[in-house]
Amino acid sequence: MSDRGGGEQRMVPKGKPRSYYDQPVVKRPVWTWEIPCYFFVGGMAGASAPLAWAAGATGNERLAKRAWGVGLAGVAVSPVLLISDLGRPERFLNMLRVFKITSPMSVGTWILTANGTLIAPAALAAITRRAPRIFAAAAPLAALAGPGLSTYTAVLVANSAIPVWSEARRTLPFLFAAGSAASAGAAATLLTPAAAAGPARRLAIAGGIAELFAAETMERKLGEAGGPYESGTPGRLAKAAKAMTAVGAATMAIGRRRRGAVRIGAALLLAGAACERWAVYKAGFASAADPAYTVGPQRDRLER
Amino acid sequence: MAECHPVGFQWVMEAKERGAKIIHVDPRFTRTSAVADLHVPLRAGTDIAFLGGIVNYILTNGREFREYVKHYTNAATIVSGEFADTEDLGGLFSGWDPESNSYDIETWQYAGMDVFASGGKREEGAIFGESAHGSQGGKLEHGNPPEMDMDLEHPRCVFQLLKRHFSRYTPEKVEEICGVPKATFLEVAESLCSNSGRERTSAFCYAVGWTQHTVGVQYIRTAAIIQLLLGNIGRPGGGIMALRGHASIQGSTDIPTLYNILPGYIPMPHPHAHQTLDDFLEMNSAETGFWGHMDAYTISLLKAWWGETATADNDWCFDYLPRINGSHSAYQSALDMLDGDLEGYFLLGENPAVGSSNSRLHRLGLANLDWLVVRDLQEIESAAFWREGPEIESGELVTSEIGTEVFFLPAASHVEKDGSFTNTQRLLQWHHKAVEPPGDCRSELWFMYHLGKRIRAKLAGSTEQRDRSILDLTWDYPTEGAHGDPSAEAVLREINGVDLAEDSALSGYTELKNDGSTACGCWIYSGCYADEVNQTARRKPGSEQTWVAPEWAWAWPMNRRIIYNRASADLDGKPWSERKRYVWWDADAGKWTGEDVPDFVADMAPDYVPDEDAEAEQALRGDEPFVMQADGRGWLFVPSGLTDGPFPTHYEPHESPFLNGLYEQQANPGREQFARPENAYNPSADSRDGDPGVFPFVVTSYRLTEHHTAGAMSRTVPHLSELQPEMFCEVSPELAAERGLEHNGWATIVTSRAAIEARVLVTERIKPLAVQGRTVHQVGLPYHWGFRGLSKGDAANDLFSIALDPNVHIQEAKAASCDVVPGRRPRGADLPAFVASYRDRAGSKESP
Amino acid sequence: MTAAARHPAPAWPESWGEEAEPRVGFFTDTSVCIGCKACEVACKEWNGVPDESDGLSGNSYDNSLDLGANRWRHVAFVEQRVEVGGVGSSAPDSWVEEASRQQLVEQGLPIHDGADGFRWLMSSDVCKHCTEAGCLDACPTGSIFRTEHGTVVVQEDICNGCGYCVTACPFGVLDRRSDDGRVWKCTLCYDRLQDDMEPACAQACPTDSIQFGELEVLRRRAADRVEHLHERGVASARLYGADDDDGVGGFGAFFLLLDEPETYGLPPDPVVPTRHLPEAFAAAAAASAALLAGVAAAFIGRSAR
Repeated sequence: MSDRGGGEQRMVPKGKPRSYYDQPVVKRPVWTWEIPCYFFVGGMAGASAPLAWAAGATGNERLAKRAWGVGLAGVAVSPVLLISDLGRPERFLNMLRVFKITSPMSVGTWILTANGTLIAPAALAAITRRAPRIFAAAAPLAALAGPGLSTYTAVLVANSAIPVWSEARRTLPFLFAAGSAASAGAAATLLTPAAAAGPARRLAIAGGIAELFAAETMERKLGEAGGPYESGTPGRLAKAAKAMTAVGAATMAIGRRRRGAVRIGAALLLAGAACERWAVYKAGFASAADPAYTVGPQRDRLER
Repeated sequence: MAECHPVGFQWVMEAKERGAKIIHVDPRFTRTSAVADLHVPLRAGTDIAFLGGIVNYILTNGREFREYVKHYTNAATIVSGEFADTEDLGGLFSGWDPESNSYDIETWQYAGMDVFASGGKREEGAIFGESAHGSQGGKLEHGNPPEMDMDLEHPRCVFQLLKRHFSRYTPEKVEEICGVPKATFLEVAESLCSNSGRERTSAFCYAVGWTQHTVGVQYIRTAAIIQLLLGNIGRPGGGIMALRGHASIQGSTDIPTLYNILPGYIPMPHPHAHQTLDDFLEMNSAETGFWGHMDAYTISLLKAWWGETATADNDWCFDYLPRINGSHSAYQSALDMLDGDLEGYFLLGENPAVGSSNSRLHRLGLANLDWLVVRDLQEIESAAFWREGPEIESGELVTSEIGTEVFFLPAASHVEKDGSFTNTQRLLQWHHKAVEPPGDCRSELWFMYHLGKRIRAKLAGSTEQRDRSILDLTWDYPTEGAHGDPSAEAVLREINGVDLAEDSALSGYTELKNDGSTACGCWIYSGCYADEVNQTARRKPGSEQTWVAPEWAWAWPMNRRIIYNRASADLDGKPWSERKRYVWWDADAGKWTGEDVPDFVADMAPDYVPDEDAEAEQALRGDEPFVMQADGRGWLFVPSGLTDGPFPTHYEPHESPFLNGLYEQQANPGREQFARPENAYNPSADSRDGDPGVFPFVVTSYRLTEHHTAGAMSRTVPHLSELQPEMFCEVSPELAAERGLEHNGWATIVTSRAAIEARVLVTERIKPLAVQGRTVHQVGLPYHWGFRGLSKGDAANDLFSIALDPNVHIQEAKAASCDVVPGRRPRGADLPAFVASYRDRAGSKESP
Repeated sequence: MTAAARHPAPAWPESWGEEAEPRVGFFTDTSVCIGCKACEVACKEWNGVPDESDGLSGNSYDNSLDLGANRWRHVAFVEQRVEVGGVGSSAPDSWVEEASRQQLVEQGLPIHDGADGFRWLMSSDVCKHCTEAGCLDACPTGSIFRTEHGTVVVQEDICNGCGYCVTACPFGVLDRRSDDGRVWKCTLCYDRLQDDMEPACAQACPTDSIQFGELEVLRRRAADRVEHLHERGVASARLYGADDDDGVGGFGAFFLLLDEPETYGLPPDPVVPTRHLPEAFAAAAAASAALLAGVAAAFIGRSAR
């Protein structure tokens, strides 16, 4: 009964699977715009922490300060977004009642809390050049914890009954990690004087290329389940994301030290990463809406 | 049954689990059909042809339960030589008088017998037959018809007449008329026959799909003939079960809200024929059978109503009873309203603006009253017609011009009052008040009692003779609670009857006397309060008593669960089979015994033969189980009691796209018709100047599980309204294609009376049928919707006409003709114009 | 299915210790459902579930559409035409057909064409109260818990409406109530169980299509019922959710169906998402490492400037 995913095989048998008046089998998400925004903002913050720490560790204070700033902004905005999305926002603290390994949202709540607790003081210390001991305690941990913030959201998304998400559980973390890297690098590049922005620029370009690879791989491996990425809103968003990421990365690479080009490239990378999160988000709705996505692979599996 | 009686249907499912075969005959495939073994779709309005085909099958193949038929039915009785059957007269019986539009039943009588009251009957028109409700008739000496042939071979014996009457109802004819494939019909007939006889019994269950026709009573009659031929009456697992249409509608004829009968089916007296009580009793009792005690039942009733004022000297206040000199049925009343002949009206839990046939006509009628009192749980359509509804919308009624003063009084619901329900199986079940009614809501009992008190107060001191009947009433029930609710149990006790001297509750109708010493509100209910215990409130679980479960509530009469159960035993009083034993003669104890209360004189031996001067039930033999009939036999042939024939005959519905495939006579000759502009009729296939092609489809109405009757109790409840939120029609894919109807779109359905709109449900559950060489489509309509409530819609009953069964004045809401077109209906003044255009094209009948 | 891939054993009954009750649930036998919807109404009345209507759906007699925050029992209606084989062939799928066919064979009558394989399936759907419940696993506040009866219940005083359970359910049972903000679903009438009463829907069901009781007892009864139906020629009868080895460890509310689950809108082979969580976490760990490596690489071979 192991669930092997589609690979290159057709996951849906020929002919439309039976359904009940085309009613969805699984429910669409209740999440609204705050969530894909959070994926982007939180992911960017998570990748900014190691970038900032490494910059500081290699003596690039100008980059470090700005990267910490991006991280700080990210962990400040993230909780607001998440709380706003709740059906009962006033009860947000209930998220901290338990720690459940079976719930990526529970784990993630704690990851975000940890990251916030680490990044904020580290960032403040770095920016204000005060409290070096706090910095020394928090910063390395923040750097290590950061990637968790960037990738757990992929686990959160994949841990669902929605086929386009669940079947991408092995590739989504890489997609989000790459996107986070690209965003962190691009944001830092935008804020940092060109002379100091080198590593950020390189990270952005590498992240962008990795993101393109990850997206392609994800869609290929999804097979029939990836149908949502081929049309409609998620399709358009995915295409736009790839286009902006590709052009952005290329521009940043070719632009080198030309400030204008690099900035444009960075902006495009940011937009592309955000757009890709939205594509994934919207794909979930499309995947839930068509019962064939749920029924087809399951029926296929039973008949094998 | 699953649609309309889902809770009762659990027993059908239980039977199925024990191996019973379920056959469902219905124009549409319903939730019953889904779990039945066989669904038989047929053309609405053709059940007599179908059932007659089964009669023919039984007789042609010799499948009748011979011994039962010979001795327990009037099969052997020889009928008058003057009798002519429909086979002789092109679809009519002998005695038809076209001027009075009724039959003289003299030629239907048993040979050698005098018909009583035939003279009086002509004056009364149909009253005699209907008032008897077919439950008695004929005077016979000692229960024995004058001439019989026990070999069942005499050409004029009932058995041979029956055979001849149904001789052309062959399987081929059934297929041609009903649209039921021959093989399907044969499967039904054979299943019934193989499952009947000594060892096995079969049951019929029916509801208004059978009764709401201009030949409704005869539908039931055909089933009765089948069940008598197969020996299924009075036996466990047999019989014909009437599934009633709402919680206490059986009670509404037992303790009647009907104009023409008194409690216990005693007829209402007629001004000319029944001048004195003796005249009345002379006309209406039988010498034999339990109707022989009509005097005790009637006098006890009069004592209950007028107490000490009723004495032997004043005929027990018999003169206080109103006299009936014509039809005052609900439909006649609606027509009288239209003609300005009715001033005021009470509607208690009734919603004719939606629930009655030609509901539009009813709305117009209500607008012509001086005053109207409506008591209901919600402000129903019948209370709001003066400001809302299709006629207000079209301008045919203008609020400021309607003179009706409408009083809307809120009613208590069944959980807010004590009382009883009497519905299917003659079962009286008590219900207890659980909460106080809110605000001004009051029960019917409170309303009627206090209304009566106020009227009596206003009449106090009057010297008018006519006011005595109200002033002398016993009207002193104990009251309870903050609002002075009369004790429902006290009323039940009065209905049960008391010995007046001892003020003790009676145990049954056999204790009723004709000397004024007993009072009883309804003789058939006597025993429901025996031993001063409210028997109807008993709730012993089935697991703690016998399979007959006599200690759950109380059935009339005498808590007898299956009536005529003497027929479950043979001539010697021994059960026809051990497997089907029910009631039998215990020779040692000298009485009848068994699983149920025997429906027989307890100590009358099977070999008892009455003396010359024996009376009433003592005048019947020990082997004549049908103790309410004058001859103690089940009637295959009905010599008196029905207005439209001693045998059921296939007649087409009043509005039909088809000619009668069996007779020249198209439809029931005795059916009541009221052609007038508001009740115009579609031309049928036999019309000479109209065009039946304008209304080519058969239309039928029915119910859904989710809603209840005219909707006041369901379309006002959110949890029910959401389950079926809109009015819809059901059509086959073929009809949808032919008329361009879109699934889930809109359609307009039209008859000569109205046009309504409904959403469209295209479904294979309604099939086109092959009838008389062509395809016929049927349009199905749930009838629950009206213009008020959470879920609103057009009323299906706007489409149907007033054309009534002549025996019981029931409307033909189950079969008519119509047209259907795509799209929503016209609005405003365009609507009546649209309908009028149809009438013009069709040449609809607008006057007699 | 390896042990490692299986969900860790549920906390019940161990978590309840001595207070644990025998596990109870539903056996919904759709072969006797008459589509009356008493279950839908009784549930709403008892639990105060708000009404919700989108008008006539056109989906046969189903205007309720699906389970959700405001519908905890949902009756499905399927009008279908099933291929009917000839007499003597292997048992066809049509229940009505086969039953009447058997009778005909006994009587020796020829089979007619009128039997056209049409049937109307009806089924009352409900929360499955899974052994391995995706909603319970996913709930980050601990609102969703397993009761002493083995049922799965949302504590409405804790739920903050994050909606994560909604997409974690392979059956699409839960949803968030828009005007309320919280997620609602069938509680298996937890309050009635406290008073030794059966759930409202089971009590209201006139044909005992909905049977409530100890799960072990229900399973035995259901197995007998399927065998009985197969003997009567109803080959299409099958149980859905009675197998401990299925993707959710067996249902607490399981069904007897007369066709494939997807015909009724049910997933044919549902798997609780938690089973795949280890893979997802592993991928995230690898991706995190790759991210760190990527950051490090961005600083190689160049001066800080």
